[in-house]
This record gives sequence, structure tokens and C-alpha cells, in this order.
Amino acid sequence: MLLIHCPYCEEERSELEFRHGGDAHIARPTNIADISDEEFEEFFFLRDNPKGLIFERWRHVHGCGRFFNAARDTVSDKFYASYKAGEPKPDLPGISPATEKTVETYEATEGTAK
Amino acid sequence: MAEQSLRKAPLGGFHGGSAAAHVTAAGPATRLSLRAGADAVPALSKALGLDLPTKPKTSASLNGRHALWLGPDEWLVIDESGADLTALAAKAAVLHSAVDISHRNTAVLVAGTKAAEAIASGSPHDLSPKVFPVGACARTVLGKIEVVIFRTGEQEYRVECWRSFAPYAFALLAEGAEDAGL
Amino acid sequence: MSGANRIAGQGRLTPARTARFSFDGKSYEALEGDTVASALLANGVHLVGRSFKYHRPRGIVSAGPEEPNALIDVARDAARRQPNVRATVQEVFDGMKATSQNRWPSLSFDVGGFNNLLSPFFAAGFYYKTFMWPKAAWEKVYEPFIRRAAGLGTAPTEDDPDHYANRYATCDVLVVGAGVAGLSAALAAAATGARVILCDEQAEVGGALHYDRSVTIDGKDGFAWAQAAAARLAAMENVTVLTRTTAFGYYNHNFVGLVERVTDHIARPDRKAPRERLWQVRAKRVILATGAIERHMVFGNNDRPGIMLASAARTYLNHFGVAVGRKVAIYTANDSAYEAAFDLKRAGVQIAAIVDSRAKPGDAVLNEARNHGIEVLTGHSVIDTKGHRRVSSIIVMRNGGGGKRTITVDALLTSAGWTPSVHLFSQSRGKVAYNAETGQFLPGTYAQDCLSVGACNGTGGLQATIEEALAAGELMARATGNDGGEKVHLHGENAFEWTGGMAGAAEGAGADTNVKAFIDFQNDVCAKDIRLAVREGMHSIEHIKRFTTNGMATDQGKLSNLHGLAIAAETLGREIPKVGLTTFRAPYTPVTFGTIINHSRGDLFDPARKTPMHAWEAAHGAVFEDVGNWKRAWYYPRAGETMHEAVDRECRTVREVAGVFDASTLGKIEVVGPDAAAFLNLMYTNAWDTLKPGRCRYGIMLREDGFVYDDGVVGRIAEDRFHVTTTTGGAPRVMNHMEDYLQTEFPHLKVWLTSTTEQWAVIAVQGPKAREIIAPLVEGIDVSNEAFPHMSVREGKICGVPTRLFRMSFTGEAGFEVNVLADYGQAVWEAIWARAEVLGACAYGTETMHVLRAEKGYIIVGQDTDGTVTPYDAGLAWAVSKKKTDFVGIRGLKRPDLVKEGRKQLVGLKTKDPKVVLEEGAQIVADPNQPVPMKMIGHVTSAYWSENCGHSIAFALVEGGQGRMGQTLYVPMPDRTIAVEVTDMVFIDKEGVRLNG
Repeated sequence: MLLIHCPYCEEERSELEFRHGGDAHIARPTNIADISDEEFEEFFFLRDNPKGLIFERWRHVHGCGRFFNAARDTVSDKFYASYKAGEPKPDLPGISPATEKTVETYEATEGTAK
Repeated sequence: MAEQSLRKAPLGGFHGGSAAAHVTAAGPATRLSLRAGADAVPALSKALGLDLPTKPKTSASLNGRHALWLGPDEWLVIDESGADLTALAAKAAVLHSAVDISHRNTAVLVAGTKAAEAIASGSPHDLSPKVFPVGACARTVLGKIEVVIFRTGEQEYRVECWRSFAPYAFALLAEGAEDAGL
Repeated sequence: MSGANRIAGQGRLTPARTARFSFDGKSYEALEGDTVASALLANGVHLVGRSFKYHRPRGIVSAGPEEPNALIDVARDAARRQPNVRATVQEVFDGMKATSQNRWPSLSFDVGGFNNLLSPFFAAGFYYKTFMWPKAAWEKVYEPFIRRAAGLGTAPTEDDPDHYANRYATCDVLVVGAGVAGLSAALAAAATGARVILCDEQAEVGGALHYDRSVTIDGKDGFAWAQAAAARLAAMENVTVLTRTTAFGYYNHNFVGLVERVTDHIARPDRKAPRERLWQVRAKRVILATGAIERHMVFGNNDRPGIMLASAARTYLNHFGVAVGRKVAIYTANDSAYEAAFDLKRAGVQIAAIVDSRAKPGDAVLNEARNHGIEVLTGHSVIDTKGHRRVSSIIVMRNGGGGKRTITVDALLTSAGWTPSVHLFSQSRGKVAYNAETGQFLPGTYAQDCLSVGACNGTGGLQATIEEALAAGELMARATGNDGGEKVHLHGENAFEWTGGMAGAAEGAGADTNVKAFIDFQNDVCAKDIRLAVREGMHSIEHIKRFTTNGMATDQGKLSNLHGLAIAAETLGREIPKVGLTTFRAPYTPVTFGTIINHSRGDLFDPARKTPMHAWEAAHGAVFEDVGNWKRAWYYPRAGETMHEAVDRECRTVREVAGVFDASTLGKIEVVGPDAAAFLNLMYTNAWDTLKPGRCRYGIMLREDGFVYDDGVVGRIAEDRFHVTTTTGGAPRVMNHMEDYLQTEFPHLKVWLTSTTEQWAVIAVQGPKAREIIAPLVEGIDVSNEAFPHMSVREGKICGVPTRLFRMSFTGEAGFEVNVLADYGQAVWEAIWARAEVLGACAYGTETMHVLRAEKGYIIVGQDTDGTVTPYDAGLAWAVSKKKTDFVGIRGLKRPDLVKEGRKQLVGLKTKDPKVVLEEGAQIVADPNQPVPMKMIGHVTSAYWSENCGHSIAFALVEGGQGRMGQTLYVPMPDRTIAVEVTDMVFIDKEGVRLNG
């Protein structure tokens, strides 16, 4: 069970108090009624599901009630930072964003089993 | 008041627990869910007669009235003597939302040397004195429900929950109190 | 003396404090503090179980949680019975009934032992090969056979009468294991003022000090020092010491699960006490001092009762005062086993020989053995054993060949070395590293704020262990901001430093495919099975494990994993780390379901939410249904009425007179602020700025993808205040959905949301006489149709208490929803009921509500919609604003799939036979004579008998439904095909005369 730092409560709290909210920094287009099908698909449906660094939303639903963002490693579950909604992505020195190369396929990891 | 005779509290007369942690139903109180931005805090504090806390997990209390910080723009105001908090808040001519939740919430009181352990039977919240001193408060979970825990004394806690969850909260705290008292 | 093998003057139990227990019906005497294993050994009982596959006689191997053989069934009474208890862990209590498992008809004569003779047919992977053909045999022969043979022990059939507790705890430093290392670490951490939890799975702290009598710490006997240290720690305010407490799982962010066994060792426990207590510990730092587990030697017939680990024999002697034999041999690849010989010899036990597979054992132990006059056969191996229900002799041979020598024994102690217990470290996602020099997998890369100390870290030597642990304890405590106290110093001395160790098959395991040299005792996996698996193409340790079932028994391979790995590596011709280790998973040892669910049973299984009127409803005979956590009045049967009859009566009465209904569970949200209308404009498809205070509107809420998410009536109380209602089940998620948009997409809006679901009790009064019922009770509101038309809201008083009175309807009748402060709910209900009853109205439940709303064509989101339905599909186009430039879902509604022809649309259905009621969920086809599989064009979402219409009614989602009015469609059922006509969804009062009356 994770321990999550809430930037509003200014302390770490049990995961039991939180609800995950999907990827962060995906702004709803202000002209949403006018965007193309492709733009809507990109905005609403497509997500990267990275292995490694992810910026994601959480809501401290059973705490202060606030939505906030966090940078987490999806492999180790380590949180690098959490910050208030509306704030830009923080600088994370030494932490490289997840790329396709960081994705280990089953074939790659279990290749020796052949 | 005639209307008081019509009232039926959700936890009327409940008491249980153990010698080390008594669990009882709190009496009726008026309550306000108060929402406002930082600029409205002085005027609302004046109207309510106590300084709304602005630090996480803190509260202000005066003569049976308590203002609990629940979020950066949210307070739970409780008045144990039944003052009309909605009317008081309305006096502040600043942007805010005051919603009466006197009947939505009820409270279970847990008191005794093992009160914290009784609550810890269902809540992951750290109640140790360093991080949760007297006056501290937090919304969190207790078993499968949401509660607000308010430390009213060294060995005294007020656990606020929604009324339909109160029997569950009470039973869980009573069972936790029994275990904590062993 | 309790047991013939109890040796006077040995052990730490008190001879006067006895307890009686039975094993397989025979009564034995034990001492308080005995485990079942030590008590049985004291009484000379070595045969305690049968193996899983071959049903071979088995004895006690260990003195701890790693025990693979001695699994027993322990009963306190008929209901309090638990199978698969390790006899080496379970403490004896007076009156305990223990029985052996996996044997029939008796332990000493087991018919299943026949399997042993058939063992050539039970080779590794036999499951996958044997039960293949013929296919028909699977169901009739193989599966029943496997089901009978599968599983160990039998589960109790009665409800568990015990209760279980839970405790969340936080601490600065959690120390797992209270041996020398754990105690040292805890002492150092506690001295700084840090909040420390120290847990140990045994009844008493001490770990290896239970058996290692040569240790002194600060001049004191090691075990006595440990007890004193634990007592000192327990007395400190900042320390919690938990014995009989196993750390079974190490999860994310230093979250560790502990299980404390509270009463399982007590003859007459306090009934208030839980049987077990789950501790959910969140530690800032964790110190693992979990020690090491001794491995057995792998050689032919190494599984006979009487063959056990050397350290276990020391524990039985030095702690329990029990000699495991009278003529004992040692077979080892490791120095530590010599000390077992020395201890036993001192206690008067004859040592037949020490057989050491190494050519050169450690000098110190070798010299000591000579001093004791013990014969040491270096460079020799035990290649076979004899004995039926207990080992009677061993056959010894010089490594590389030569003459065989038979030595008569009644016990054989073995040690292949020590496996560091890296289970928890590995569960924490730490990566182990192989140390080729010691042949051990040790903590390598840490993934969490944790340190391993002592034997589990591969640290040898007593003083080195103490110093490592003290440093770790202090370091971890200081890292959590505790810097008080004085430095702790401890000085330990012991007799010998240990060297040596091996993994895999010893000489006596033979290349021969007939030799049964067991690796995994419980699952009967031998060295030859691993070799066979490799030969048959399994090259990954994960495949080998599953093919052979090595390490898959209840002990999870605590003894066997490293042996299996070493044999696989040898057969594959690869180095051990190249073959890899299987993953350690929680739990470390089995955890009862009772502990995992702890308080969540009975009334505390789930909150049962009851409305303020629940007591009245129950007293008036309501039958309740679960809606989420809510208990809602379903219908109110009168004496002799069936549900059907009650619902028909309620439906009729509401339309003819009136009905009173508890609608308190509807979600309610108070939306307050100058931008409240602007916010609702974005959240609902309708327009809200045009709604005047005092009026209400039905609103549809979409998700961004354009599908219906929720609906409800919203009343405008004031310019800046709305009273929003949601579906009962949707209340929390709608609130979350609205908060999400408010906080993250529209934070500029000045508006706040407050859940008021439980602030208000809601009493719906519906029907022609609804107004007559409430009018005399209401103060300050003109309830006439003119002053208070349909879809209005007023504030005033009812029965003298404040109310928000809504004129609205979910029945199609003129109706009111009386919102009163919840504490007044029952009193106001009773006052309304008193009038209703006089006027001939009824109380009605959710079933009648469902029928009435369907008669009027009102949908229920979540029943008639399923997350793929747009407002257009649902026939609610009128509720979607054409003027607004934005609302959640506006773009989603334009997606190509959502605007194309032929979508499933909600329609009404009338059965051709009016008496037939369709089944909800039934599929619909256009042509019932088409070949199977038929093309299904829709399904029934709601279906009822409508007493008021005199025929059945239904809603259905049908492809292009709105264009099929009047068409005949078919609902194929198992026994018949039902013809239906597609109709409008409104079955009564299409003009709304009743509604507006």
C-alpha cells in the first residue's frame, strides 16, 4: 500500500485516503466542441502507459478533497514529487522520462526460458 | 422547544467499549460545512467568533465551538451548544459557501488511555502526539467509511461521520476499544 | 518427567508445569512452552505425518516455521479446528486435540503408501502427462481422482466462532526478528528516542539463542540476556515488543503486515481476546534481522522419521530439554552441525559418528570433536538409510567410492549450511545478489528504506553481527530525526565461528534415477526430478519449479529452493546466478483468512446504511432490498400477500389515492456560489441559467465521451444556490466527477459543492390525494397547483420543522418530495402517514416506484442505460441544449459512432400476450426462425407487470428502435419465443394530465 504525499495537507498519508485520477497535464481543450475527431481521440482516449516515470493525478478524496499531481515511477512505485493542481511539471534532475526502450517485453525478460 | 421532541438522533444513547477506551454517542450539535477562499477568512472568523485555522490538520476552539481545517478552502464548524451557525456565517459579507450539515453528521466520542489504539483498529491515520497533538484534526478513513478525527484532549477524540454510517463507526470503534483494552 | 526423552537438567521449561494433549487420539503429557513437535519428540513420537504424493512416513525436520513435514490438524473444539498447522510452531495447550493428516486409515498403516510403490509412474510432471487421454476420462475419472487427492488436511465445516482484530500502527523503525541482531538493532534505535516496533515469530525472543548455548552477551547467558533486553525494551514508552508475531508481507513504501497469534497457545482464552491480530505497520525505516534457515543434506532416503536438521536437534535439547535420539549420527557439510554433537554428547547422548562430506572441516570443531572422543568421517557421505517408521541405520561411504559401512542410529542430524532468510527483503522488491564464496543469495540492491543485519545479510560471527545491528539501529533511527540517547555497546562471545556449506545433491543422491533423495519433502520432489525436468526441456527455474512442484508446498521451499536451483544449475551446466531464483512472495508463512478480514465480518462486514425512517418501515412490515450499502424498503406486504400482490396493490393505490415513499437515499449536493448556474451549465446537458429560483429541472449528466453518466432533478433555491439530486448509487461518483471538473478544468468558477445526501430525509408523497395529505401540515407555503406547479421548490415548514418542499414526481402522479432535516424524518413521516392512512393511501417501496416510473416512461440510469447510451439513444434529446457552446460530453456526442444510424435506442415493448412479463436482460431478434446463432438486435432493460395498464410493460435497447414503432420483434427464451410490439415508452397519461393536476 502506497504512502502518498499530499501537497495540500503537507504530509504523507495512506493510499486508503486517495483515489487515482489518471494521467496529469492533459488539459481539456477550451474549444472542445470544435476539435476534430483526431484531436478528441488524442485528448480523451490515447494514453502512453509508460514503464517508468509518469505524471499522474490523485485526489485526496478522504482527506482534504483536493486533486493534485504526482510524479511516480510505475515500476518501483517511488514518488519523485507531488504538487498542486495547476502547477507545472517539476524538474526532476537525474530522472529520465520513460521511453519505448524502457518497456521490457515478456519476450525480452523471459527470453532465457526458451 | 417543541420541535426538539420530534428529533431522533441516529445514535441515541449508544455506549460501549472498554475501561481503557469508552465509546459513546456525542450529543446533538450544529454543524456547518464552510467553504471560502483565503481572503474571506478574516471576515468569516469575525462572524463565527473564532479564528479559522489555515494550517493543515489544525483547529480552533472556543466555548464549545470548533472550527476544523479539512482542506485549503474547507472547514467543519461544530457548535456543541446548538448556535445557528448558518445565520452567523451569513453575517460575513464575503464570498463563501455555508451549508448546514448538522443532521448529515453525527459523532462518536472515544476516550481513555487506549483511545488512540481503539481508533487505530480501523484508521491508518497516525495519531501519535508528535504529529497529532490535542486540537489536531483530519478527514480520513475508518474501516470502510470516511470520518473526521478530532483530538479534543490527551485521551479524548471526537469521530465525526455521516449519520447512516454511525452504527458502523460505533460498532467498529467499540470492537477496537475492547481489543485495545485487553 | 513429561516424556521419556526429556533429559533432566536440560532445557528451559519448568518440569512441574505440565499440560495434556492428544495426538491421533492418544494422550500425552507436555510441558508449558512445548511446541507440539517438542512434546511429541519428548514422548518418542517421530512419525507425525505422510508426504503428499508418495504418502511416505515422515517425521519432524525442523524446529521452526520452515517445517515441511510435521503438518497437523489442531482442534480446540468442533468449530475451532485448523488443518496444516506446523507442529514445530504450534504451542501445546492443555486439552489440545492434534491429529495427523494425509493418511488413511491410520498414520502407521496408510493405504496411500501404495503410491510409494507406484512412484515410477509419479515422476515429475506426471500431472501433465498422465491425465491426457482419453479425453472423456477427464470428467469421470481424472478430475474426481485429482480432487480427492489434492489438498492437505480438511477444512473445518462450521463457522469460525473466534474473532480477529486489526491495528494500524506507525513507527520510526520496525525491526523484524528478535535474535541477537534484531535485539541489538532495536536497543540502539530505541535509545535515540525513536518509535520502535520489534516483532518476532516465536513465543520468546532470542532467535538462534534458543539453541546456541555457547553464546554470552555482556557476560550473561545469551538467552537470558535476550529476555532481559526484550523486557527492557518493552518497558520503554517508545517501544512495542510483539512476540508470536510474524512479519508475513513487505509491501510498498515500508508497509509491513504482521500477524500476532494472541490466544492459540492458551488453554482457556479470554473470549474477548481476538484469536489473532493483524498489524498493518507503516515504518519510516525497516531493519530485517530475519536470520537464516539451515538446509538439509540431499541423499538417498533422507526423509525417514528421525532425520532432522542439526540446529533443530539443538533447539529440542537446549530449549525444550528433549533428546531426539539416544544414538545419533551427524551428516554435514558445515561446521555448525558439530555443535549439535557436542551439546548432545554433554547431555549424555551417544554420538555414533560425524560424517562430513568435506575433506577439510574447520580445525576448531574438528579438534573439539576429538576432545569429545567423537568419530569424524571426513570426506564421507551418507548414501542411504534404513528404517521403517524411524531411521534405524545409515550407510556411509567414502566420497568417490569404496566400502560401505552401516552405522546403527536412532536419529540422524544433517546440515548442508545456512540459507539467509531474504524473503522479506525480496518482497520489498530488493534485488538479491549471489555470493559465490559462501554460496548464498544475499541482499544486494535495496528498493526501500530498509537494512538487513545479521545472518539474513550473510554476516557471520557474533560480534560482527552485534556491531552491524547496533550501527543499523542507530543509523535508521537517526535518519528519522531522532538523535537523543547514548550509544549502545554490547559484547558477545561464543564458542565457534562456522565455515562450510553446500547446495544441491550430495554424493548419496546418486545419478541413479531410482534414488529418492528428497529436496522438497512436502511435495515429494527429489534430486532426480529436477534432473528429469531439465532433460525434458525445462531450462528456466520458473518452469522447473512448476514442472516438479519444487517449492510450491505450504512451506514455499524454505528448505528446498536453493537445493533445487543448485541441481538445476549443475544439470544445465550453468552457474547458479545464471539460472536465477524464483520470486519470493507474501505471505512468508500462511495467514488465516480470519486475520486478513479481521473486523470485517457480521455487522461490520459492510456498513448497512439505514434512512431516518427505517425503524418505522421495519415496524410496518417492509421487506428491504440492498441498494449499494443502503437498506431500502422494497415493498410492504400485508398479511397473506405475496410480493406480486403487494406491489400490485401499492401500484393501484398510488394512482387511485396516493402513496408515501422513502426517497432519502437519493444523492444530494448543495451547489453554492455566484457561478453555480455557470458550473451546472457545464456539468449537465441542459441550460441552468434560465432556471428561476423556486423552480426545478430534470438534468442529464454525461461523461466526456458523450454517454449518460447520471440524472436527477435540480432545484434552484436562490440565485447562487442549487439543490442537486443524483441517483442513489451515483452519489459519491457524481460528487467526485463534479469536483474533478471544478478543481482541475474550471477552477476559475466561484462555486462550492457540499454533499447533503444525509442532511435531508426525503418523503415522497405521490398521487391524486398527495396535496390533501400534506396541505394541513405545511406552513408558509401555498401548495395549490397554481402557486406551486409541477417542478417547483419552496422553503417553509412542515410539522413545525424546516422543509425544502419539492413539487416533483417520479411516478407520473402529482406529487411532492418533502425534504426535512434528517433527525425529524421519522416524526414528519409519521405525521404524514397518519393523514395518508386515513385517506386510504399506502406506503410503497422501491419495487412499486420502479413499476410506476416505467408506466410513465421514466428511465433509471444504470438500469436502462449501461454506459454506452447517449441522451439521444435514451429518447432524451429534449434535455440536450442546442444553444450551449460547451458542456461535458458536447464533443463526445458528435463522435462518428455516436451519430451513425442504427444505434441501439430505448423503446417500449408490449408483449403480444399481455400476461407475459419479459425477463430483464433477455435478447431480442427480428426473425425467430433464422439459424442459430441468431443476430441479436437488442435486449430488455426493464420489465414489469403493470396492474394499472392491465398488461406487462417493458423497456428495451433496440437497434434503430425509434424507427421500429409498431414492429413485431421476438424474444427467444429457452422454452418458447415471445412476440413483442415496439411501442412508445410512455404507457399512461401521455398528456401529463395527472402529473400537473
